Amino acid sequence: MTTDGRVEDLLREIAPEVLGALVRRYGHFDASEDAVQEALLAAAVQWPEQGRPENPRAWLITVASRRLTDQLRSDGARRRREDTIATREPNDELLVPEQDDTLTLLFMCCHPDLSPASQVALTLRAVGGLTTAEIARAFLVPEATMAQRISRAKQRIKATAVPFALPPEAERSDRLRAVLHTLYLIFNEGYTATSGPDLQRNDLTREATRLTRAVHRLLPDDGEVAGLLALMLLTEARRAARTRPDGGLIPLAEQDRSRWDKALIDEGVALVSDALARTKLGPYQLQAAIAALHDEAPSSDDTDWLQVVLLYELLERVSPNPMVTLNHAVAVAMVHGPQAGLDLLATLETDDRIAEHHRLHAVRAHLLEMAGDHVAARANYRTAARRTTSLPERRYLEARAARLSDDPSS
Amino acid sequence: MKYLLLIYGNEEIFGSFPEEEFQKVIGETNALQAELRASGEWIGAYGVADQVMAKTVRLRDGVPVVTDGPYLEAKEYIGSLDIIDCESLERALEIAARVPWARYGEVEVRPLMAEAGTEM
Repeated sequence: MTTDGRVEDLLREIAPEVLGALVRRYGHFDASEDAVQEALLAAAVQWPEQGRPENPRAWLITVASRRLTDQLRSDGARRRREDTIATREPNDELLVPEQDDTLTLLFMCCHPDLSPASQVALTLRAVGGLTTAEIARAFLVPEATMAQRISRAKQRIKATAVPFALPPEAERSDRLRAVLHTLYLIFNEGYTATSGPDLQRNDLTREATRLTRAVHRLLPDDGEVAGLLALMLLTEARRAARTRPDGGLIPLAEQDRSRWDKALIDEGVALVSDALARTKLGPYQLQAAIAALHDEAPSSDDTDWLQVVLLYELLERVSPNPMVTLNHAVAVAMVHGPQAGLDLLATLETDDRIAEHHRLHAVRAHLLEMAGDHVAARANYRTAARRTTSLPERRYLEARAARLSDDPSS
Repeated sequence: MKYLLLIYGNEEIFGSFPEEEFQKVIGETNALQAELRASGEWIGAYGVADQVMAKTVRLRDGVPVVTDGPYLEAKEYIGSLDIIDCESLERALEIAARVPWARYGEVEVRPLMAEAGTEM
């Protein structure tokens, strides 16, 4: 982008309000979204040159409304219909949105009929205010591919003919889980980026956190929204310490904790403590609580591993899945020794969802190394290295295997 | 997740294809590509020139040595390659099975490595 960062931030901030205003006034989510995108692009070009308008929101709504009515009129003409689409300028009521449509838009973009990849792409564009080119760069696909993904998602939303409103009360809780999951996916895409050409992707963690903050502001009493926001902050806090300058991964136990972001940790801890104290327990809160225990410990050895184990037990009850069991096994090993962890891992070997997954081999290797069985540990690190599709993980796992080969005691 | 689809065949298959059937395969290939473009799963596809056009380069003591022919001499060789970006391995296998050449040769599915990673 050639715009300065502040214009871009402002545009992303007001994008959902502008889109909400248009959809409320004119309907046509699909065409409105295109019109808003054009207005955002026009602003990104014009504002840095000509100065920012006094009322940026009104400027965007006016420009987007004109584009939309032009578009609808030319569509109408093409169909040779006697269309009577209103061509008036947006009125005051439109320019001063009465309500925040961010949630309604998020529910729409994370509609269950869309694939996760489409939900992610559409959320970033329609709610996040990112351009298709920016989203394509972040996901390392050609712009045309991303444009198609977004356009297909919008067609599907059009086909579902859902009204522009919050989902019915009965569905709302499930639909909110889908929204949170999408935000979590966006965060993870950015967080797992390491170095080089992927740096652009870091922007995704910022976007995911910003959108989750917006949801938290609108739903302050939902513990899982707070839990997800806390999890993001507590994870983001470790970013600077998680990779070497060459992009190599540093495991949690070996990270330089003085490089963790204290302000993010404090905010995350406060959020999750408050949520745990006053709302219904849920998986994001539990994951955030575990992250908080790690973030508050001065070292791996000083971590309250017993408490971590108890939280994983709860998490397995609330939201059982093999990845949780893997992490649980590591914590169990820290409390009861490596064999206890290996025994828990053995229960996963017949689980098709994870039996072939590199992380099972990686955790087993780690626990075998703890147990002093360096030959078996090395073999498991090597298997894990061959099975991962992540280059930094592969380098890390190969280095662990090589370190054991160099060790004369093995 | 990105996958590389390697479409393998041999001289017998690629060299003696009846014209009519060839046109049918091309038509099906174009249709599949259009469908993948529309679904946003399309990254790219390339036909690979015949093995007789292959050169192999090695750098030895700083000097490039170029030899004619493919690195691995084999009856089966790559006729074309596709790159897709899709939700899961299952979906990649489903797409691979719809590549028309899968009826005559083989389609090998290989995940592509990414720079992203999680610390352990």
